[in-house]
Amino acid sequence: MTKAGHNISLADRAFNIRRHALKMGEVQGQGYIAQALGVADVLAVSYFHAMTYRPDDPEWEERDRFLLSIGHYAIALYAALIEAGIIPEDEYITYGGDDSRLPMSGMAAYTPGMEITGGSLGQGLPIAIGVALALKRKKSQSRVYCLFSDGEIDEGSVWEAAMSAGSYGLDNLIAIVDVNNMQADGPSKSILNFEPLVPKFEAFNWHTQRVDGNDIDALVKAFDAAKNATDKKPRIIICDTKMAKGVDFLEARERNHFLRVEADEWAKALEVLEAGRRA
Amino acid sequence: MKRNKYQRPVIDLGAERLKTSAMIASIAGADQRTKPAPFGHALIEVAKNRPDIVGLTADLAKYTDLHVFRDAYPDRFYQMGMAEQLLMATAAGMAREGFTPFATTYAVFAARRAYDFICLAIAEEELNVKIVCALPGLTTGYGPSHQATEDVAIFRGLPNMTIIDPCDAHEIEQAVPAIAAHKGPVYMRLLRGNVPLILDEYGYTFELGKAKIIRDGGDVLIISSGFMTMRALETAKALEKDRIKAAVLHVPTIKPLDVETIRREAAKTGRLVVVAENHTIVGGLGEAVAADLLRNGITPNFHQIALPDEFLDAGALPTLHDRYGISTEAMTKRVKQWLSR
Repeated sequence: MTKAGHNISLADRAFNIRRHALKMGEVQGQGYIAQALGVADVLAVSYFHAMTYRPDDPEWEERDRFLLSIGHYAIALYAALIEAGIIPEDEYITYGGDDSRLPMSGMAAYTPGMEITGGSLGQGLPIAIGVALALKRKKSQSRVYCLFSDGEIDEGSVWEAAMSAGSYGLDNLIAIVDVNNMQADGPSKSILNFEPLVPKFEAFNWHTQRVDGNDIDALVKAFDAAKNATDKKPRIIICDTKMAKGVDFLEARERNHFLRVEADEWAKALEVLEAGRRA
Repeated sequence: MKRNKYQRPVIDLGAERLKTSAMIASIAGADQRTKPAPFGHALIEVAKNRPDIVGLTADLAKYTDLHVFRDAYPDRFYQMGMAEQLLMATAAGMAREGFTPFATTYAVFAARRAYDFICLAIAEEELNVKIVCALPGLTTGYGPSHQATEDVAIFRGLPNMTIIDPCDAHEIEQAVPAIAAHKGPVYMRLLRGNVPLILDEYGYTFELGKAKIIRDGGDVLIISSGFMTMRALETAKALEKDRIKAAVLHVPTIKPLDVETIRREAAKTGRLVVVAENHTIVGGLGEAVAADLLRNGITPNFHQIALPDEFLDAGALPTLHDRYGISTEAMTKRVKQWLSR
């Protein structure tokens, strides 16, 4: 393990990720803030409990790979990369600006720690298949983590990848699905009913778990179980998360796929977040 | 062509009927020299000293000659199933980790179904993936589902992509090590099965990015790629009977285009310039050449031999090549017409 700051709790990490994301959101005044707040606990457990990497060497051969398929969640991953020390904290102010290393949609060529160019949804998991097969060829101990979303599983290529991962028995692949039940045109379940997810992935020969994605203890257990499982199957952790988790007045907004937040609300959001942490 | 499926065709039991050209049909003529599976054999040669080379396909190993590699290196072969999006993304993932994947399928499936994956997962990141696709242009009689008449147009618009359209077995054998040595994504149109052998007779060698004069002549300059260079050479021979001297400039690398050679040859005065390609007239070699010449103030008497901007018929390849003007006979006739104007 090569990680700094073991004495900082995962809850603090999640709080900090939310705080970095809100600060980046304020720079643009809008964006995929609700997703970032919702997935912060998942990223905290991924980056500060489950994964091995070197903050000063993002391309270290023995690192675990984290593939962000949902390019629009870049704001969330940048927040985690800032917290991990891979991106300097003061760079948040460039988010989404010209010549920034932090574009609105995540791209491999722009950002240290960003493994792939996501954004065309349905590409991350099939790319992860190639990375997982390659790591096995190299006899590497590294794992591939791939984060995608409930809306994204409408894409057929996700199921091509799901079938091949099960077929190849890719036990070095840990897929993470953020189920926040919100996509561009509305609640995901009302767009295409993707449920029931657990039996679907079980039927595709995956080691399958479903957890409350905002419960850090549950996430720790799930990631440990995924890593320690001995069956020759790809692992998936289906995480039910709450959009805008931690900022109640944003949680309450019905349509929060792409949030517009008034200039005076950002300070309030940070206050609410801070109050929640103390409570 | 307007078709009426309720109109019964005339059935002449005495007539000789050509059969639909199967997917595995060779474009070689009956008396032509050929070589079997040149891509597969060339790939196993290169792979001997290149452990980074892996082969992937989407249920078309046999139909893309990748079965030769599969049988030689079973542990370096990945069967991705009938899933072309997965095929391209998996190749991207493996290239990301330092391997050099050769991913094979039919040109229609790469260009149409998997395009987004080739674009973002491979080309945008300049990954070292070699996409090798059978049935380019009009090389099957199965109709539009399998005829990749617009693949070059699609991939020409893609930044970072190198496009190769080899003529024969001799060229495929040389192109495979060349694209394996090249850093970056490549799309190669593949002739598979028993592939004609022609260019060895002309002392030709393939160089990536280079157009080469195969024969010279003062009346017509035929600029061609793929198996249309074979047709161009046959056309040049046929024109000799009428004392017409045709030069043939073979352009196997369609992108990046060897514009210096093309401009130099097209600028030589007094020659009719004809671009011949196994591709729709939209967006292929012909338009690439025309645009470059015009941008550079070179304006010869210019014509194109290409497939029409239509969904093409099913049937036998000789019939279809004649119908759409890419057979030697059709080509010779049209060149003569253009010259007589």
